[in-house]
Amino acid sequence: MNISLSRCAAAALVTSSLALAACSREAPEELPPAPAETASTETRPDPTPSGPTVGTQQHFADAVGSSTTVYFDTDRYNIDSEDAAALQAQAQYFARYPQVSFTIEGHADERGTREYNLALGERRANAAKNYLVSLGVSPDRIRTVSYGKERPVALASTPEAWARNRRAASVIIN
Amino acid sequence: MTRTLTLFASVAALALAPTSLLAQTNDLGEPLAEGGEVETTGTQASGEDAEGGLAFTVTDESDWSDIGVAIPAFATDRNRPTPASAEGTEALGREIARVITSNLRNNGLFKPVGPDSLPQPGFPQITSPAWVNWSGRGVEMLVHGYVRARDDEKLVVGCYLYDVALKDELIREGWVVRPADWRRAAHKCSDLIYARLTGEDPFFDSRIAYIAETGPKDNRVKRLAVMDSDGANHRFITLGSATALTPRYSPDYSKILYLSYVDGNPRIYIYDIGSGRQQLVTENANPTIGPRWSPDGRHVLYSMAVAGNTDIYRVPVTGGQSERLTTAPGIDIAGSYSPDGSKIVFESDRSGAQQCYVMDADGTNQKRISFFGGRCATPEWSPRGDQIAFTRIAGDFNVAVMTPSGGNMRVLTRGWQDEAPTWAPNGRIIQFFRTARNSGRSSLWQVDLTGRNERRLPTPVDASDPAWGPIRP
Repeated sequence: MNISLSRCAAAALVTSSLALAACSREAPEELPPAPAETASTETRPDPTPSGPTVGTQQHFADAVGSSTTVYFDTDRYNIDSEDAAALQAQAQYFARYPQVSFTIEGHADERGTREYNLALGERRANAAKNYLVSLGVSPDRIRTVSYGKERPVALASTPEAWARNRRAASVIIN
Repeated sequence: MTRTLTLFASVAALALAPTSLLAQTNDLGEPLAEGGEVETTGTQASGEDAEGGLAFTVTDESDWSDIGVAIPAFATDRNRPTPASAEGTEALGREIARVITSNLRNNGLFKPVGPDSLPQPGFPQITSPAWVNWSGRGVEMLVHGYVRARDDEKLVVGCYLYDVALKDELIREGWVVRPADWRRAAHKCSDLIYARLTGEDPFFDSRIAYIAETGPKDNRVKRLAVMDSDGANHRFITLGSATALTPRYSPDYSKILYLSYVDGNPRIYIYDIGSGRQQLVTENANPTIGPRWSPDGRHVLYSMAVAGNTDIYRVPVTGGQSERLTTAPGIDIAGSYSPDGSKIVFESDRSGAQQCYVMDADGTNQKRISFFGGRCATPEWSPRGDQIAFTRIAGDFNVAVMTPSGGNMRVLTRGWQDEAPTWAPNGRIIQFFRTARNSGRSSLWQVDLTGRNERRLPTPVDASDPAWGPIRP
C-alpha cells in the first residue's frame, strides 16, 4: 500500500497534474458534496471546496501549524526534541496524504561564509529528511535544496533573527 | 596573438552545447563582445637602452606612497577623430593620463599628480622632456606618453617613465590597441610604472568577475557580472531570474565558473565567454558548490554534497570522471590550488568548526594549518605562493593572511563582515566583499598586505563574491 502510493506520487511528480488528480481519486480526502435537491443538467462536483485543498502549502500549514519548519543551533544540524516533535507532526500529515510530495529547504543565518552555508543548509535539509524517513515517509517523496544564507526570513542582524533563519522548511510541491 | 585568437575560436566551437542544455541557459544574456588583443610595439622614438638601476631602493610599501609622480596629458602627433573619443586623440591623451593617475592614487601607490593640474607637453617633448617644467614641482617621477591614431583606426600608445632628478629615462613601452581597448593601454602604462618603481609584478591590466546585487534583503537579485580592475567596462552576464553566486575567471579569461540556481538547485556551470553558453561542471543530481580553477585551467575543483556530506572533487574542464579528493565526514569545501598546482588549501569542519587544511593535489597528506583561535574559511592561495588569504571568523568576519604552513597570521581588515578574499594577479593586494549589519548591503573592497591602504571599489549596484583574474593575455 505504502509502496504503491509513493510510486503513484513519484509518477505524479514526473508526469503532470492529470496524473496527480488520478492519484488523488484513489484516496479521496474529502467526500464530494451531496447531490443537490433539484438536479440540473449541470451537476458536477464543486471543484473548489471551501478552504485550502490538499497539495497546497496552506493546507499543510493549517494541519501542522508552526511545525512546517524546524530550527537549528549555530553551525549545528542535529534534530533536538523540539525538532523531533515538529517532524512527527509532519510525518503524520504525510502519512495521511500520501499523494503529497514536498521539498525540504535548508537555510543558514548570515553569520557564516557563503559556500559553507550552502553546504550547511544541505546538511540541515538532509537531517530533517532522514528523520522523516525514519518515521516512515518515503524518501522518494522528499526533495532537498539548500539556499545557504541567500533567503532569510528574519532580516535584522540580531541573534534572534539568526535563530529564525537557521531552519529547514518543508514546502509542498504543487 | 594569432595563436591566442585561434585557440579562442576553437574553444568556442567545442562549447556548442547539446539542445538539452539550452533550457539551463535561460538566465544568460547576450555573449560579451570581447577578445580584443593588445600588441606590444616598439616606441616611436629611438633612444638609449632603458636598462639601468633604480635611483633609489624601495624597501617597504609605505615608502612607495611617498614618491611623487607627475602624469601630464599624453600628447598626440595630430588631433584625429577616433572611435575611442568624440573629441579626438588629443582629448583621449588627457583621458589616458587621468586613468593612470586614478589607478595609482586609488591603490594607495605613490603620490600621483594628474593632467588637470599640470602643463601639457607637446609631441616632441615626449622623448625629450622640458625638465624646467618638472624640476620644481616636488615630484620624483615623470610620466610622458603619446596617442597616435593609425589609418586602420587602431591606436598606438607610447608610455615613458623618467627620473626627474637624474633627468633620465627609466623605461618605455608601446602598445597597439583597438579603439575600444584604449583603457587597456592606460592600464598597461600603469603596470609599467608600478613594476619599474616597485620591482613587483603588474596587476592593473586585469578583470574582475563578481556578483551584482539588487533588491531587498529577503528577495535579493544576484547577477553574474564582470568589469576591469578599476571598475570600468562593466557588463552583466546573467539576467537575474536565477540566483548566481561565487564566480571564478579561468586563467585565460575564456570561461567563468560560477554557481547558479537556474534549474532550481545550486549547481556549478562552466560559462564560455566567447559563445555565451554554459554547461554543468558535472552531470550529477547532487548540489555542487565552491568552484575553483587549477592554475593551468585544465581542471576544476568543486565540492559536492551527497546525502548532506560535502567533499572536494576534481574534474577535467572538458568533462569526464570526477575524482574524489576528501572523504572525511563533515563539510570539506573551498579548495584552492597553490600556484604550482602541487597542493590544495581548503576548509573543513571535521574538527567541529571551520578550519583550514592543506593537502597534496591528489588528496593525500591532509593537514590542518590554522591553529590561532577563531575559525578559518574561504582560503585562497596567493599567486606568488607565499601567503594564504582567508576569512577569519572570531566574532566578526575579517580578511587575514598567513603562510602556507599557518604561521604569521595577520588580520588586515576590521569590518563587521568582511568575506571571501581574492588576490590581485601580483599577490600584493586583496579584494573582498563587506556586508553591512542589518541592511545586508554588500560592497567590494581592496586592502594591501600592510592593511593600511583600504578602499572601496565603485560598482554600479551592490556587489559581492569578487574574483580577480590574472594579467590579461
